[in-house]
Amino acid sequence: MTTVCLTIKNMTMAYGDFVIQKDLDFTVNRGDIFIIMGGSGCGKSTLLMHLIGLQNPAKGDVFYGEESLWQADNKARQRILKRTGVLFQTGALLSSMTLAENIALPISEHTLLGAQRIRELVSYKLALVGLAGFEDYYPSEISGGMQKRAGLARAMALDPEILFVDEPSAGLDPVSAKLLDDLIRSLRDNLETTVVMVTHELASIFAIGTNSVFLDPETKTMIASGPPKQLLAESSDLKVIQFLTRGETENWAANVTKNQEACSL
Amino acid sequence: MTVMTVNNVPCEINVSLAGHTLEAAIVGDWVLEAEIPSLDVVLERLGDRSNVKRLVFSTEALGHWDSLLMTELIRLVDYGVKQGIEVDTTTLPEGIQGLLSLVYAVPERVGARRHETKMPWFEVIGNGGIRIFKDSQALVAFIGETALSVFALTRGKARFRWVDLWTNIQDCGPSALPIVTLISLLVGLILAFVGAVQLALFGAQIYIADLVGLGMTREMGGLMAAIIMSGRTGASYAAQLGTMQVNSEIDALKTMGFDPMEFLVLPRILALVLIMPLLCLYADLMGIIGGALVTVSFFDVSLVEYLNRTASAVHITDFSIGVAKCAVFGVLIALSGCMRGMQCGRSASAVGDAATSAVVTGIIFIVIADSLMTVMCNRLGI
Repeated sequence: MTTVCLTIKNMTMAYGDFVIQKDLDFTVNRGDIFIIMGGSGCGKSTLLMHLIGLQNPAKGDVFYGEESLWQADNKARQRILKRTGVLFQTGALLSSMTLAENIALPISEHTLLGAQRIRELVSYKLALVGLAGFEDYYPSEISGGMQKRAGLARAMALDPEILFVDEPSAGLDPVSAKLLDDLIRSLRDNLETTVVMVTHELASIFAIGTNSVFLDPETKTMIASGPPKQLLAESSDLKVIQFLTRGETENWAANVTKNQEACSL
Repeated sequence: MTVMTVNNVPCEINVSLAGHTLEAAIVGDWVLEAEIPSLDVVLERLGDRSNVKRLVFSTEALGHWDSLLMTELIRLVDYGVKQGIEVDTTTLPEGIQGLLSLVYAVPERVGARRHETKMPWFEVIGNGGIRIFKDSQALVAFIGETALSVFALTRGKARFRWVDLWTNIQDCGPSALPIVTLISLLVGLILAFVGAVQLALFGAQIYIADLVGLGMTREMGGLMAAIIMSGRTGASYAAQLGTMQVNSEIDALKTMGFDPMEFLVLPRILALVLIMPLLCLYADLMGIIGGALVTVSFFDVSLVEYLNRTASAVHITDFSIGVAKCAVFGVLIALSGCMRGMQCGRSASAVGDAATSAVVTGIIFIVIADSLMTVMCNRLGI
C-alpha cells in the first residue's frame, strides 16, 4: 500500500526572469528514498529549497499530503515544515554552539520537555549517528563527515516524517559516504521516515534510491522518473543513460576523433 | 623531452609554399621562457586564399615544446579553419595531436563567453538610481522586520537564547573598554590642547575645563564611542551573520522554524543598545581625565580647580543629550551591521564586502543622525 507523502504540481522555478526548471510534476510516496538527480547546475538544490519552504516557486505548488505549502499562511507553513528535517550540504550546524546545543535547539523550540529529558534525547540522537560522547564538541572541532552526521542527528531531532538531504556524499571519502548512505537507509527502515535526497553520486543513487526524478539543465525540465535501476535498464533517453553510466556508453574516444576530423578539415 | 636544457635553441617558424600547400616548419625549442617569433608572416600567407588551400606542419627540427607552442598552434589552426583552409595536423608529434584533439573535443559553448559591454552614461546613472532605491527599500523592510521582532519581544514571544544576549553584551561592552579608554583619553587631550592655545592668550586656561567637559559629554564622547563600535562591533556582526549565511546556518535556522530576525538580530541589537549609553558615559569620563592631564600638567591649573570648574560647567542635561544620542547610534550601528550581514552573498569575498559596507553604512548613519540631533538640540535650546 502506498500513501502519497509529497506532491509537486506543475512547478516552475525561476530567479526573476531566468527559468531554472519548469513543468515539474512528481510524487513522493511514504517510505521512499526519493532521489533528485541531474548534472551540476540543473537546479537540484534549488528544487530542494522550494520543497523546504526557503524559496517560493514562480508557478505551481508543493503539497504535503493534501496540504498546499505555498497557499498556506505563514503559521500553517511552519506547522507543515515542523514535520520535516533537513540535512544541508555542509551540515550547517550553528558554529557558535556545541553539537548538543545544536540538536537541542529544535527540540526545545517545538516541545515542552525539561532540560534533563532534552539532554537524554540529544545523547540518544548523537548515539544513533555514531557520535556518542561528542555532545560538548563544537562543529569546527570535528571532521567533515562527523559534521554531516551531527547535521543528520539534528535533522532527525524531532522524528520528522520527511527527511530532506542535500548531497550527503559531497566532500566525503567513499567509505564515509557509504556509511552515511547506510545510516540514512537504516534510519528510514527503522523510523519509517520518507527521504528526499539530492545527489549526483551514482553509488548512492543505485545503492539506496527507490524512486527518482531526473532534471535536465538544457530542456529545463524533468526528463525521466522512476526507480534508478529501472531507469538504467529501460530508459531510452541518451542523457539519462549517459548520466547513469558516467557517459561510458557513448564512446568518448569516438567523440574526440570526430572533433579532430572537424578541426583538420 | 625529458631533460630541460638551460640553453634553448632559438625557436623559429619557416613557411614554404609548394603548389597550394603551405608548409610550416617548426624549428627549435618552443618553451615558455623562449622568445617567440612573430606569427604574422604565417598568418599573412594563410590569408592569401587564392594560393593556399592546405596547411601542413613539419616538425623534424622541433626540440622541446610546452604550452607556448600549443597556444601558437591553436591560433594557426583557428585562423586556418576560419579562412576555409584545410589544416593537416597529422604530421605533428603524437602528444601535440592528442592535446589538440582535447582542446577541440568540446566545442565552445555558444553564448558562454562573456563580453564586456560599455554602458552609456545615462544607463550607468539609471542603474545607480535603481540600486539606491532598492537599497533603501531593503533598509525600510529590515527596519520593519526589526520593529516586529522588538514588538514580539515586548509581548514575550520573541525566541532567542538569553546566553546569546549575554555573550554579545560581553563582546561589545567590557571587551571594548581598552580601545574606548585609549581613544577617548586622547580625544580629551587633543581638545584640551586645541582650546588651550587660544584660551591661554587671555589667561583663561581654567575654561579648558568647560571646553573639554561640554565637548566630551555633548558630542565627542558619544561620537567617538559610536565610531569605534561601528568599526569593531558593526563589522563583526556583519561578518558573523555573513558567514552564517555562507554556511547555510541561517537556512537551517529557518527550516527549524526560527525567525533569524528574532534569533540572531534581536540579541545583537539589544546588546548594543544596552551597552552604548554606558560606553558613552565611560568615554566622557576618560575624555575629562585626558583634559585634566593636559591642563594640570601644562597650564598651571590645579586638579581641584579643574574638577570644580568641570562640575559647574557640565550639567545633567549635557550628559543626557550625549547618552541619548549614543543610544540612537547603538541602534544604527547594530541595524547596519545586521542588515549587511543578512544581505550577504554566498562567497568569501561577499563576507568581506558585507563587513566593509556595514562600517561605511554605520558611519554615514551616525554622522547624519548626529548632525540632525545637534541641530535639533540647538533649535530647542537645550
